[in-house]
Amino acid sequence: MTLQKKRYVLKFPPQSGDKPLSYHLVRDFDIRINILKAEVRPGKTGSLVLELEGTAENLKNGIAYLEENQVSCEPLNKKISWNQARCIHCGNCTAVCFAGALEMDHQKWELQFDSEKCIVCELCVPACPLNLFHIDFRE
Amino acid sequence: MSIQKTYEEINEKIRRGEAVVLTAEEVSQMALTATPEEIAEKVDVVTTATFGAMCSSGAIINFGHADPPIRMEKIRLNGVPVYEGLAAVDTYVGATACDPENPTYGGAHVIQDLIDGKDIELEAWGKGTDCYPRKHIKTIINKDSVNEMILFNPRNAYQNYNVAVNSTAQMKYTYMGSLLPNMRNATYSTSGELSPLLNDPDMKTIGIGTRIFLGGTQGFVVWPGTQFNTSKPKNEFGVPVSNSATLAVIGNLKEMSSEFLQAAYYEKYGVSLFVGIGIPIPVLNADIAKNVSIRNEQIHTTVMDYGVVGTPVLGRVTYAELRSGEIEVQGKKIRTAPVSSLSKARKIADLLKKSILAGEFEITKPVQMFPTNTSLKSLKEVKGGE
Repeated sequence: MTLQKKRYVLKFPPQSGDKPLSYHLVRDFDIRINILKAEVRPGKTGSLVLELEGTAENLKNGIAYLEENQVSCEPLNKKISWNQARCIHCGNCTAVCFAGALEMDHQKWELQFDSEKCIVCELCVPACPLNLFHIDFRE
Repeated sequence: MSIQKTYEEINEKIRRGEAVVLTAEEVSQMALTATPEEIAEKVDVVTTATFGAMCSSGAIINFGHADPPIRMEKIRLNGVPVYEGLAAVDTYVGATACDPENPTYGGAHVIQDLIDGKDIELEAWGKGTDCYPRKHIKTIINKDSVNEMILFNPRNAYQNYNVAVNSTAQMKYTYMGSLLPNMRNATYSTSGELSPLLNDPDMKTIGIGTRIFLGGTQGFVVWPGTQFNTSKPKNEFGVPVSNSATLAVIGNLKEMSSEFLQAAYYEKYGVSLFVGIGIPIPVLNADIAKNVSIRNEQIHTTVMDYGVVGTPVLGRVTYAELRSGEIEVQGKKIRTAPVSSLSKARKIADLLKKSILAGEFEITKPVQMFPTNTSLKSLKEVKGGE
């Protein structure tokens, strides 16, 4: 069975915070979970950006399980675009990119952007003094 | 017999196409196997460069007179307030000037738009005088319509600069970039062993009148920069361990390129201007050869906490450590990031090297050296000033 990796933005209501949802995803659906971003505040709506890895069937069932528990589950439909042609390679964006997607190449000291590592935390958008990062919304 | 060359001898070699020119990074590599004497014998000029945000920058512009003429007493360029206290149609566009209603577009952006050949809206007001009867004008200017456009930066090319960290629990937005809470990152500026004033720490060859690369063309050092400070502590290699000397520079803005002059906006801080500066250092003797041979591991700088008022000192690191991607401060490992462009600085050092080799750029003996005993005053609050 081939495994698929997909990224989702999960939004869950205040009352769902006490259910071990990720435990069930792992145990019942054999889904590997990588938490990319988490904003969970007790008593308030929370959101999680997750990378889920599993078979197509298990992913589908796992998502259905989350939705049964009032957790909305949208595919991560944003990505960061970088205007490379205008980049002056100052490095300001690398200071805030703790996902390691934006790093300076230590030979040429030019910026490298690995979109696979990007978790769309959006910190680079205001950090760039030339305003070269933008958020793209895709289907 | 120790080597001693004159500026004129080196210029003769440049004219004959015989000068040996290396970048400061190249000579630092050469110094791993060559003595200062050997370097002084073989190398004539070393090129240094930096490309960083330098807030104390700006442009003098003369618009020319309209008919009927106006004595401009309030001036806006694309809505940015610019200086109105310079005769009738002169102005100074400070790089950091901006309209608080539109904080992301400021004087630096006006300067960049002008050199890119874009049209700029000029609006000005005057009270009307017998010799300048007009009270208002709204028109369009550009690089070709104005008389002079002169870049004049009162404080550029800092000799060394602090490393910024933030020990507080909140994000801090500074001219050193966005500083993550709890010392999760450290930012540094300057091009280290390639940086102009770190290669001539006692300014034995850089002074008033030194011809330099400025923003894509030839410019000049005209004065010690503001906040010029020679009393900062130095390390065992003779370089100051925090920001110390500075340069005031000037050049023809009409000849400059936005490849080497870039407007910038820092979140919750404001507008600044990235300035590209390259300075040739003539290798007159073994002492100067030793200075230009300095390597990143021999240049220290001071780590300061930008989260706390008074920016307390937290430690000292080398540029070799900063470039490695991680420094250790008070036992904590901190990820580093540059905020000035080393790749652009290298490009400038290389361009300067090529134009010296091509005989297009000669070195200059300063007409006057800088002071050697300056320190900084701070602004005191005097009673009754409120």
